[in-house]
Amino acid sequence: MKLKTHFAAAASALALLASAAMAKDTVTYATQLEPPHLDPTGGAAQAIDTVVYLNIFEGLTRFTPDGAVVPLLAKSWEISEDGLTYTFTLQEGVTFHDGTTMDAEDVKFSLDRARAEDSTNAQKVLFSAISDVSVADPQTVVVTLSEPNGSFLFNLAWGDAVIVAEESAETLKTAPVGTGPYRFNEWVQGDRVELVRNPNYWGDVPELTGATIKFISDPTAAFAAMMAEDIDAFDNFPAPENMIQFEADPRFQVIIGSTEGETILSTNNAQAPFDNVKVREALAHAIDRQAIIDGAMFGYGTPIGTHFAPHNPAYVDLTGQSNYDPDKARALLAEAGLADGFTTTLHLPPPAYARRGGEIVAAQLAQVGITAEIINVEWAQWLETVFKGKNFGLTIVSHTEPMDIGIYGRPDYYFQYDNPEFQDVMTRLNATTDPDQRTALLQDAQRMIADDYVNGYLFQLAKLGVAKAGLQGVWANAPAAAIEIGALSWAE
Amino acid sequence: MLHYLAKRLLSLALSLTIASMVIFAVIEVAPGDPASFMLGTGAQEETVAALRSELGLDQSKVSRYLDWVGGMLTGDFGTSYTYRTPVAKMVGERLWVSLPLAIYALTLSTLIALPAGIYAASRRGKAGDMAVMGATQLGVAVPNFWFAMLLVLVFAINLRWFSAGGFVGWDKGLWAGLHALTLPAVALALPQAAILARVMRSALLEVLGEDFMRSARAKGLSQKQAIRRHGLRNALIPVLTIIGLQFSFLLAGAIIIEQVFYLPGLGRLVFQAISARDLIVVESVVMLLVFAVILVNFLVDMAYAVVDPRLRRAA
Repeated sequence: MKLKTHFAAAASALALLASAAMAKDTVTYATQLEPPHLDPTGGAAQAIDTVVYLNIFEGLTRFTPDGAVVPLLAKSWEISEDGLTYTFTLQEGVTFHDGTTMDAEDVKFSLDRARAEDSTNAQKVLFSAISDVSVADPQTVVVTLSEPNGSFLFNLAWGDAVIVAEESAETLKTAPVGTGPYRFNEWVQGDRVELVRNPNYWGDVPELTGATIKFISDPTAAFAAMMAEDIDAFDNFPAPENMIQFEADPRFQVIIGSTEGETILSTNNAQAPFDNVKVREALAHAIDRQAIIDGAMFGYGTPIGTHFAPHNPAYVDLTGQSNYDPDKARALLAEAGLADGFTTTLHLPPPAYARRGGEIVAAQLAQVGITAEIINVEWAQWLETVFKGKNFGLTIVSHTEPMDIGIYGRPDYYFQYDNPEFQDVMTRLNATTDPDQRTALLQDAQRMIADDYVNGYLFQLAKLGVAKAGLQGVWANAPAAAIEIGALSWAE
Repeated sequence: MLHYLAKRLLSLALSLTIASMVIFAVIEVAPGDPASFMLGTGAQEETVAALRSELGLDQSKVSRYLDWVGGMLTGDFGTSYTYRTPVAKMVGERLWVSLPLAIYALTLSTLIALPAGIYAASRRGKAGDMAVMGATQLGVAVPNFWFAMLLVLVFAINLRWFSAGGFVGWDKGLWAGLHALTLPAVALALPQAAILARVMRSALLEVLGEDFMRSARAKGLSQKQAIRRHGLRNALIPVLTIIGLQFSFLLAGAIIIEQVFYLPGLGRLVFQAISARDLIVVESVVMLLVFAVILVNFLVDMAYAVVDPRLRRAA
């Protein structure tokens, strides 16, 4: 009898141990690129946001997984009639990870630092409308704009606009201190960043106690790490060809969503013969989008007919206007006096969408008589020759910033589209805060660039998420680069 | 001996100076600006200019070269543009992966290759020799990254004995560290072992044909004794050369294996730094690798002198 109770006790103890081991409360996430440093206010690399946004750092507003902008460190705000004064009321009881209080002074410091003369903020333009930031009381900040800016609250949700403290601002790159639900623990460079739960978090304390974010750049290694279950999830899996294998494996769930990346055949509008709209229109009809999506992305991606994300409510489907019609393309080229075709360059940066997509695009262009000479470049080279030097004919690139149609209003931007009418629409858009009017203007803008065939619009880049079956709360879409650890939990 | 040493040291210094110039020139010529790369496509001109001056990129090339070389002479390898940490610290951390991996792989390959080569040479033309030579032929032909993927498939994905990559860190214990490096070390070692075994075999065969080996047998030593006392020592020179070359290769050339196993080693550091145009990191790491290779060659030269007394006297 006694022996039996011992046995039962031992068995139940074992069961307890087993269940304790089962209830996983951490996550090992992987992403392809390692951030150069961990300060989102001092670098353009999306990899920085992927690791720190909403985990370590928070802004006055934030993006939700479906792309909406909601309050975060700012509890609420009031906008003056003329749209020039924003009065933010801050959350109470917010502290930085080093124990100091987050108040209106920190907000003023952060915004002033980002827009300062010597600022190295990669998105300084987000703050260009600000003319003054003043502290009314510790919980209230008043931001004055020099002109109305309809996207100001949206701008504040960016990772580049997070709130930092003066005390720690200098060392954020290696020792990030924010207000978020997770604290920075360790960075083993080349391998991983470790985060631990912030017990003093001002909001709802998240479920997972910690997270490891590993950096695996090689697609084959990424596949092996997933299959060997070294990692629980991969943020945006680099090899679309492997997704079908994950889908077939009951250990994994595949979460396909959309990114903010408009993948375009960017065209040098200032260079002959692309300065002729007929030639650009011919390009548009020479391209078979679905063939590129199928061939380069294994079917993942949504065709686009303008520079706008299809998941945005203001999106207009204009793909029909640039349908695949090689005969029409040849006719248009003939009209432009280029019946025999011409030769141009096609610069391809490293991502698979460009290198694989580029081969297909070149083949399709050859069908209508255009010889596109492929030049493979690294990103640094692309920035130097294409982006800064504007020394290119065609290039394929995914523009991943959210709501970036405004780049078409900058005549010196690398594809050099100069249309005063479009620039006027952008000026009016900036000055409009009424949502319906904004939507109408955004739709006008989409139609204008489609009518002018500024660039070849290919597809919206998909987000290929893969995770272990029990992981919940994974962002399907990527309105911003982020792995929100606070939203994750394991199914019982 | 002293004269020999001095001559070697002089050539070492000269090689390093020339290498530093070539490295600096080649890397500076490559298009791409680190500041633009860091700030991306959304940055304004003035922001890029602010960062360039913060990084010292607005100074002339000559003064940057002199700064760099002068810094290295005093042990300062500069600060990484992108990571904003001292290059020496970054290299130090990466060396804790790359150096043990190289030593692990070289130990494995030597432990496999020398006995295999000696065995094959002593069984010349027989079945054992054929088997070893066949295996090494295969070993030389198989690319190490492909072999690495095969190892991952079998031992990480199917058997789950090892993780598919990554490095836990030595602070998790010696065993955990070695465990993490085992698959990469094997992947690196086997192709190297195949080469080394072939060199060992042919070097020993050559020696076995020498007059002094016949004399050794004539004075009553068995084949085994003769090989051990007279043969091996004389066959070691080409083997040492290859080991030296292989060590340099393993230290600097494990980039692909580091990529396959996503190890935070030196090779990957250089790879990342090149794509980010982190010039100072590339320059300093490449310079260090050149130094390591030259140093290994120097040590091999010294080892020749130890193995072969004639070299000491001739010099």
